[in-house]
Amino acid sequence: MADRNPVDLGTGRDDVQLRFRSDEQAGIAAVTVDSFLDQPDAEAVRIEPGDNALDLLPHLSRLRLVEVNFPAFTDGRGYSSARTLREHGYTGELRAVGDVLVDQLRFMRRCGFDAFAPDAPINEADAAAALERFDHVYQPAADEAVPIWTLRHG
Amino acid sequence: MYQYDQYDQAMVDARVEEFRDQCRRRLEGTLTEDQFKPLRLQNGLYLQLHAYMLRVAIPYGTLSGKQMHALADIADKYDRGYGHFTTRQNIQYNWIKLEDCGDILADLAKVEMHAIQTSGNCIRNISSDQYAGAAADELVDPRPYAELLRQWSSFHPEFAHLPRKFKICVIASEKDRAAMRLHDIGINIVKNAEGTLGVAFYVGGGMGRTPMIAPLIREFVPLDQMVTYSEACLRVYNRHGRRDNKYKARIKILVHEMGAEEYTRQVEEEFAHLLEQDIEPPIAELDRIRSYFQPPEFATGLAEKADRSDPDFALWIDRNCSPHKVPGYVSAAISLKPVGGIPGDASAQQMHLMAELAKDYSFDECRVTHAQNIILPHVEVGRLYELWEKLDEAGLGTANLDQVGDIIACPGLDYCSLANARSIPVSQKISERFAANGKGELLGELKLKISGCINACGHHHAGHIGILGVDRKGVENYQLLLGGSEAEDVSLAKITGPGFNEDGIVDAVETVADLYLERREDGERFLDTYRRLGMDTFKEALYG
Ligand code: HEM
Ligand code: SF4
Repeated sequence: MADRNPVDLGTGRDDVQLRFRSDEQAGIAAVTVDSFLDQPDAEAVRIEPGDNALDLLPHLSRLRLVEVNFPAFTDGRGYSSARTLREHGYTGELRAVGDVLVDQLRFMRRCGFDAFAPDAPINEADAAAALERFDHVYQPAADEAVPIWTLRHG
Repeated sequence: MYQYDQYDQAMVDARVEEFRDQCRRRLEGTLTEDQFKPLRLQNGLYLQLHAYMLRVAIPYGTLSGKQMHALADIADKYDRGYGHFTTRQNIQYNWIKLEDCGDILADLAKVEMHAIQTSGNCIRNISSDQYAGAAADELVDPRPYAELLRQWSSFHPEFAHLPRKFKICVIASEKDRAAMRLHDIGINIVKNAEGTLGVAFYVGGGMGRTPMIAPLIREFVPLDQMVTYSEACLRVYNRHGRRDNKYKARIKILVHEMGAEEYTRQVEEEFAHLLEQDIEPPIAELDRIRSYFQPPEFATGLAEKADRSDPDFALWIDRNCSPHKVPGYVSAAISLKPVGGIPGDASAQQMHLMAELAKDYSFDECRVTHAQNIILPHVEVGRLYELWEKLDEAGLGTANLDQVGDIIACPGLDYCSLANARSIPVSQKISERFAANGKGELLGELKLKISGCINACGHHHAGHIGILGVDRKGVENYQLLLGGSEAEDVSLAKITGPGFNEDGIVDAVETVADLYLERREDGERFLDTYRRLGMDTFKEALYG
């Protein structure tokens, strides 16, 4: 809705610290959603919190990288954007950039993010602990985790 | 009652460890207060005027005796021997130390309790009808549906950073005892024309500074699509809810600004998509949960009438007991509103006693109500007298359910950093006034609700009489509101006019009560008389 203000697409954000994919990292620069929609050959896009991921659905096949920006970690729109893209079949890299903190990693993974370029480096021991802490999940999301209610009923 | 299996237990145990770790990083300084705040909030930990406040979840307000004992122990061990039962059927402790939090959560986990998502911008504890499983008029017990939603919403990865907090309420009768339509999502379990159970969704209600009554957006969602529909409602809100202004961030504002029709259209679209994603729990899970809410083994052939020869006891029955679906039983309300007391407060000793009584008289179950009282849901009529005697002896026998003394009040300026004015002393003065002048006895049902500021934690918008604390040039001042209701005849109260000082507001309440006593017609409650006469008549009495 309201805040579609262009933000700094500066360099630091592209430093991927954590990556959970086996393919080669795409060395392409992401552009804004508006530019992406204007450029038929663009392969990478950056979603801001005010962008609607649904606008990208007709173009998923040419996308190789989607960055979802979190200017403030408290703004949770990016979680819905991520899951929406995964549910509609996007399989390329889905990178969380910006104010990405260790305590959000697990939920981000669950929503389909598989790469992280945080503004401030994350302590990797804390990250590993955070990702392993819960053995189970209650509900399905964009990951492979089997919800407890399925485990209960086979 | 629901009982954890190994999965539920593992989830809360892991959460305890996670929070211990977050506290450690905060104390070490690797987490800033700004980073720690949303984390502690998702564990119910607020920083208040004098200390940390911890809010513990009581899912759909249902507690076992053992759990009530544990809450009492926490009050004794980590607080000052008190707990405060809240309007969302939870309990709060006002004097908590950060260093103790990990241990408190561990103590709670031992009795299958937690503080997960009791604050923060996430899906909060699910509330329900306090008479669930007992009420004579209910269609089914609503708690299995609330429990299913509790599980679905716990650690939901997509909805942990919503624009604002999110409250869901589930009921299953036409009478609304849980303020269902004043929730972000109100769910009413209904039967359709074919007699099949399903769910009606009301979305976009709330109190706070812009009170709204939730409109009905879907009359009937099949039971095996309830979670999917909820997910669609939340996703549209997460996508479009306002983030630019926290006072406009609740879903009620989205539904209002977008229009219920457009919101519904988007939900339906998302719902159709999510149905293909197959995210609904198997119906066997609902059956499994239901098996925990089977009625206890009620006795048959019991006496249906109590000996009413003690007039104080007879009054307590009339006021505090409600009809039960099984003959020979009633649900008995323990009022936490003694004359001049602090609404919703209970001492550790009282909590222990209530736990004992739940065990001895009510199949080991008790409930917390949104009006900050405790219910023993299943009591034999023939044993009411001895129960009442024990309650009375402990200061818990006040006969005032839904009467003028049964006041809902928020913590106000005595505890809360956002308050404009004190709520507790005003509620104490009002209950003392009406006890002393005897008018309390004459008034019948009169719901009075007080908030210390516009955030409306004390539900003042929904009071037959509401009181709102405001700041008038640095002086505490109180506005009077009339005509609200949180029940099935839901309405929002309106401000009468200029505010009053602390003594003035007590007088003003008496003035409107007098007008009612003078003008009421047969069988009318205060609210009915107000609705018939209209605001002007009451204004005239107040301001001349
Ligand atoms: C003492 C610390 C407390 C603080 C700082 C606090 C803060 C707030 C705030 C800021 C709101 C408005 C939220 C909004 O409209 O978006 C609110 C609403 C509310 N609070 Fe509290 N609160 C406190 C205690 C309580 C207590 C003790 C209760 C229960 C007795 C309570 C129950 C509620 C309820 C029912 C609402 C209304 C929800 C709605 O708008 O639909 N709060 N609170
Ligand atoms: S209504 Fe205001 S004063 Fe009362 S508890 Fe809520 S925020 Fe505090």
